[in-house]
Amino acid sequence: MRKTDTSSYQHFLKVVDCQQACPAHTPVPEYIRLIAEKRYDDAYMLNWESNVFPGVLGRVCDRPCEPACRRGRVEDKPVAICRLKRVTADNKGNILHRLPQAPFKKNNKRIALIGAGPASLTVARDLLPSGYEIILFERDAKAGGMMRSQIPAFRLPETVLDEELDYIINMGVECHFGEEITSLKNLLQRKFDAVFVGSGAPTGRWLKIPGHEKVSTHADTGINWLSNVTFDHVDKVANSVIVLGGGNTAMDCCRTAKRLGATEVKVLVRSSFDDMKASPWEKQDALAEGIEIMPNYSPKEYVFEKNKFVGVLFEKVQSVYDPIGKRTLKATGETLLVPCDFVLVAVGQDTAYPWIERDIGLEFNKWQQPVVNKNSLQSTVKQVFFGGDAAFGPKNIISAVANGHQAAISIDLFCQNKHPANDRPESAFNLISQKMGIHEWSYQSKISHQERNLVPHINWEDAVKELKQEVELGFDEQLALEEAHRCLNCDVHTVFEEKSCIECSACEDVCPMDCISFVEYNPDSAISLKEQVLPQLKVSTINPQQEILVSDKLKTGNLMIKDEDVCLHCGLCAERCPTGAWDMKKFVLSNIASTIKEKQ
Amino acid sequence: MSFQKSKFHHPRLPVNDLGLTYRDYEGALSTLCAGCGHDSITSAIIQACHEQSIPPHKVAKMSGIGCSSKAPNYFLNKAHGFNSVHGRMPSVTTGANMANRDLLYLAMSGDGDSASIGLGQFAHVVRRQLDMVYMVANNGVYGLTKGQLAATADKGVKNKTGELSIFTDIDLCVMALQLGATFVARSFSGDKKQLVPLIKAAISHRGFAFLDIISPCVTFNNHPKSTRSYDYVHDNVVTGAIADFVPVKKEITSDSAQGGCEDICLHDGSIMRIQKITADYDSKNAMKAIVDIEEHKKKGEILTGLLYLDPTGSHFHEINNTTDTPLNQLDQDTLCPGSRILSSINDSFR
Repeated sequence: MRKTDTSSYQHFLKVVDCQQACPAHTPVPEYIRLIAEKRYDDAYMLNWESNVFPGVLGRVCDRPCEPACRRGRVEDKPVAICRLKRVTADNKGNILHRLPQAPFKKNNKRIALIGAGPASLTVARDLLPSGYEIILFERDAKAGGMMRSQIPAFRLPETVLDEELDYIINMGVECHFGEEITSLKNLLQRKFDAVFVGSGAPTGRWLKIPGHEKVSTHADTGINWLSNVTFDHVDKVANSVIVLGGGNTAMDCCRTAKRLGATEVKVLVRSSFDDMKASPWEKQDALAEGIEIMPNYSPKEYVFEKNKFVGVLFEKVQSVYDPIGKRTLKATGETLLVPCDFVLVAVGQDTAYPWIERDIGLEFNKWQQPVVNKNSLQSTVKQVFFGGDAAFGPKNIISAVANGHQAAISIDLFCQNKHPANDRPESAFNLISQKMGIHEWSYQSKISHQERNLVPHINWEDAVKELKQEVELGFDEQLALEEAHRCLNCDVHTVFEEKSCIECSACEDVCPMDCISFVEYNPDSAISLKEQVLPQLKVSTINPQQEILVSDKLKTGNLMIKDEDVCLHCGLCAERCPTGAWDMKKFVLSNIASTIKEKQ
Repeated sequence: MSFQKSKFHHPRLPVNDLGLTYRDYEGALSTLCAGCGHDSITSAIIQACHEQSIPPHKVAKMSGIGCSSKAPNYFLNKAHGFNSVHGRMPSVTTGANMANRDLLYLAMSGDGDSASIGLGQFAHVVRRQLDMVYMVANNGVYGLTKGQLAATADKGVKNKTGELSIFTDIDLCVMALQLGATFVARSFSGDKKQLVPLIKAAISHRGFAFLDIISPCVTFNNHPKSTRSYDYVHDNVVTGAIADFVPVKKEITSDSAQGGCEDICLHDGSIMRIQKITADYDSKNAMKAIVDIEEHKKKGEILTGLLYLDPTGSHFHEINNTTDTPLNQLDQDTLCPGSRILSSINDSFR
């Protein structure tokens, strides 16, 4: 612990928990403020710049921002950031004129994209305005990748997806739908300046338990089946269905099966209910639709009687945790035969690279994943870049978008004969004072004590009747404004200036969250700064994940320590400071895409 | 006021024996100037009361008029309070204490309220040894009327507009010592490490406890010519001894009782632990305390810390031999002894 380095953007970005947690570093508080001002177009465009698919992500994002949200540490629940993102998409007007306008002046560089998922399309969007020619290959008949094939329309309506895909495609992507790339070697001979592989993790994993080889007509992998439903190859399902697995695919499978007419749908998962990989809200929605989730059951065998499939045999297991929290499953010996007509296996998915020849110099690691530089995403064949699930295995849409931004920068550098990893641009930042006058700030500094709003949805009984009827209705304007006011404006930083401080302790006294402490410090002591300082803090049980702002030595030799953990950004410290040593300054990051880096 | 203090508090705030966090001891949000020393005193009182687990409803906050006397509104909003006429707080407190000796009387006054208009009242409440904590937020100016020099301003200093202090200053600590106060201390609003234990000890002390707290007026008396500015006080404050307060319950550990420490047992069993800085410091000698104060003042220094403590002194109720039951709890039967007792009293005069 020493004087905090505030010369780079790192410290400030870490304080904006949501923005830091978002793989694409979307400036969340800024767009929430725009919503609060009902500037939906501006809020949408700010999102679009960072995360490319606000309407899609406003519905189905994994929301790493929400568990990170400071509000969840201060109150009970985080701001409904994802739902607010949808608000920007739902309420925006025509924004076509604000998108980059084709045709662009060509730079005579040709880039091939493999797969039309979120990673590839982000690369396309980022590169097109610079004059790149983008040639896209997609094995399916439509763009979208897993956003279309694996996410059911009742969570993500096709119209929403199509609209945002079209924004990019209409910027001038040369699309080859239904054209599957079967040889990278051949593709590389077609004179592309760079190739981006965003082919996702398209292969569903099977469970190789006894009876597996006979079960194929009574079972399918979850993602394959969902894709068949999307493209209308499947429109009905057996009466009694069980889903194996506890992730979001499992939740989508069970809810889709219910909509296709299954009367009895059960999800069986090896983990405990709390440990299921599915997002909590997906689990809740599945339960609300009358699906039974049975945790702690490990599948043992597909059971056949007289060559007729009757169901799956499970063993009851128990989750046991070692001291570091690692889980093992302990068998209890108790078994259960769950009768059913059809099994959906949603236990994972993998990348598939039969189409990449192993003699072209492209290295794979022991998990058969391509070896890539984590910042540049460049493979060992220097004109080939990977991103999204194709690079690192199944993650989520927003990570794929972030990878797309990274790869676009890399490809641009590569095409200018610069080094994609070493020559990456640095990001600049600005701190802008929000003071307007006495007791007047240009952001809403007053803290709303409103609890998190629940998103309205259609009646659960009606929800399961229609395959493509969206379940969530989204916030109406009143709910949206209420929710927007819950945001703590973490990007409006408390900035401290040592030379103005008279050490009157007014800030320390007024801070509602006891973030600020003035402490004695002896630099000559053998005791470390941290050990000297911690017991003197107003609340000395600190959260080690959070930033601490340590000042330089003040006039008396004391230090000002600000624990950022639960700061409300209410501005009372600056309000109470008689000398302006504290100010509330908005952190504005320019060139956000270049801040997307592997976590240090 | 366009800003409010959020009711959210730190999720890991400690609670005291009553299950309360320090936030439960707060009052309204201060409307004093940003950076006012009085707000730090407020915060020190809140901290002291919280750590001492004082039930807020057993406290009466007494004050007169002035910026200082507004301060009780900003702490312990669940306590009783009386904001009296200018300079008359000592009399009102005496009356209240007469009626109910069970309450803790926390009085906030200022240099104008106590050293000018209320000087007579101040002198007499010290003489009477009323069981109370009398705090003066001393900034040397009349902040509420825009910065005229107060009677506690050092002779020879100038106020913000350049007016010279031409009269001898009144030192309330010296007065309190002369008039027989049994607890006299001086502190600085900007030094809570010193101030909080002194407030706690003053609360535990039975008898008249006087605390003069230098509290810079950030608007009218924080200029370079002032001897009550943050910078001046930070630079010129000296202390004879560090006084730490050890509450009754806390086990006295050997390492904290190392050499050089003197323990003074207060009435409620808690301990005032004195660690001498200057060798000739003596908490039991009121005359020496007066000399020390004056000598440091000559050097331009402000002597702070516990100046004098007599834990065995008696207070107003003892001197007057009043009943242990608060008068407001005495009912008709107790107060009226009946005709048989009356006639026996009458007989004794015959």
